[in-house]
Amino acid sequence: MAKVKEGWGSRIGLILAMAGNAVGLGNFLRFPVQAVQNGGGTFIIPYFVSFLLMGIPLLWVEWSMGRYGGVRGNHSTPFIFDSIGKKRLWKYVGVFGIFTNLGIISYYTYIESWTLSYTFKSLFQEFAGMTPEQVSATFDTYAGIHGGNIGHHVDPNFPLLAIAAFFVTLALNVYVLSKGLEGGTEKVAKIAMPLLILFGIFLAVKGVFLGDTGIGCDTCNSWAGLDFLWKPDYDSLGNPKIWLAAAGQIFFTLSVGMGTIHCYSAFVKKNDDIALNAMTAGWMNEFVEIVLGASVVIPIAVGYMGIDWVKENAGFMMAFKTMPYLFDQWGPLLATFAGVAWFGLLFIAGITSSLAMGTPFMNFVEDEFNWGRVKSAVVLGIVIMIMALPTILFFEYGVFDEYDYWTGTVSLVIFATAEIILFAWIFGVDKGWKEINRGADIKVPLFYKFVIKWITPLFILTIFISALIKPLNGEVSDWQTAIHQLFTQGSWPWAHDSIIGQIIHVDEKVIWFIDGVPTLMFFKDMSRVLLVLTFVGLSYLVHIASKKRKSLSKKSKA
Amino acid sequence: MSTPALTLMILVQGTVTVISIYFLLKVLKKPEKPEKGNEIDDFDNN
Repeated sequence: MAKVKEGWGSRIGLILAMAGNAVGLGNFLRFPVQAVQNGGGTFIIPYFVSFLLMGIPLLWVEWSMGRYGGVRGNHSTPFIFDSIGKKRLWKYVGVFGIFTNLGIISYYTYIESWTLSYTFKSLFQEFAGMTPEQVSATFDTYAGIHGGNIGHHVDPNFPLLAIAAFFVTLALNVYVLSKGLEGGTEKVAKIAMPLLILFGIFLAVKGVFLGDTGIGCDTCNSWAGLDFLWKPDYDSLGNPKIWLAAAGQIFFTLSVGMGTIHCYSAFVKKNDDIALNAMTAGWMNEFVEIVLGASVVIPIAVGYMGIDWVKENAGFMMAFKTMPYLFDQWGPLLATFAGVAWFGLLFIAGITSSLAMGTPFMNFVEDEFNWGRVKSAVVLGIVIMIMALPTILFFEYGVFDEYDYWTGTVSLVIFATAEIILFAWIFGVDKGWKEINRGADIKVPLFYKFVIKWITPLFILTIFISALIKPLNGEVSDWQTAIHQLFTQGSWPWAHDSIIGQIIHVDEKVIWFIDGVPTLMFFKDMSRVLLVLTFVGLSYLVHIASKKRKSLSKKSKA
Repeated sequence: MSTPALTLMILVQGTVTVISIYFLLKVLKKPEKPEKGNEIDDFDNN
């Protein structure tokens, strides 16, 4: 525990940094794709229910846990949890708050570096006159994707330019983090977030008012894209898959269950507002996602490629493999500006999130080992580099996807389940309610006290259990079949993508080598080993820090 | 664009925009609290 002399320079700076933490690539790329794949306009109903009953309560819980820990000199999740839980176990649960961020930042910084490179590629009009196939191939060349050789011999992806851009992006993150919260992260957020919103408004206006592009296909009209995105299909509301997808999106978009919010709010003073701050940052994120994010990729892509093409190709890679071609249809000047706005916007969304992801590790080593900011930031950079290289070099071998699944999905749900139980049941909802309302500039509806105690934990537990034991395709009929099978045959038909299904490799052959050549399974399992070792290593550091604290406490008593 | 889709889009995007601006203005009206850091103390939280 250390007296950290960090702090936020201004309230608006803190809110913009928190909003920057939440606003990420997913606002523009994941949300619209999830919406079109899950009932179109109907998706917004479970999405909002999840936001109101899980997202908002978790925001208040995380902000208040962070402030509570920070006031007691604890700025990292293991010791924030420790100060709230008072039992030895909780600080090890808090390790998820550092682990998740180290895992995500390792591949996220790489994607962030793509957006940086593509901003410059757009500025220098590299995509001018290219066909859709050429734009797509440009990305494959850039990321060193060669396909074909998998299974015959190991042929790592070695994209020199992409690796150089990754190092530049990493160095930029390390530099900003080394400047501290007020001098680094807050300054970046104050400039970057308004710029992101301006870029977003420009692209959203273009997306909405693009109309009929005259390409020739029946549905090549941005309004058809918006119709595709917003047309409600109320029959799908009863499908649990859609509810799970919506709840999952709320997790991703608000950056809850990660530990970053705790680590930012640990620098809020004990009587400062958190209730209004949390709402402002949370709703700002929703504005960027629902108003701006929904109005860019899908309408513009449908405008030029038609609905059928978008149905088949909607996904994350559209940002790099398709958007430059679409912008190019607007003429050289506007295409350049749109490309810079689009990739610049994604870069800003990325860096404001990665800076937040670096903070839990920084806070931990600064608090527990008295490291300076520069040393902490440089060591963080080295750790990210070590963890990121496998995702870059073995991008096509599934390493990237493993990191994303375990740290970007599973960890979030485990952490959120633990924190809501800790806050509402161990710490106690009465004390928790007082914490949320301490210094509040808004009156938090009393209804939320009930929600935090009952609804949010049940909501998250349902998500966690569903993800853990999901049967077959997760449809209602699959659950019925699974329960029947459990009672008649004593077995459970694990879905391949359930957590247990992933752990026991359902529908996969566990063969590490064929003719001496490592298989995809080898890379998959080695990625998991690396992640487990990271978690164990962090837990060991927490153990050392805990012993150090005890010894200091004994000395001071003596 | 069909009427149900247009209605839903305007309703949802309009509501989110209004609420976002409402909270932002509420924050901007409150005075800044520029003092730094968190003093470690033992205030009773109960």
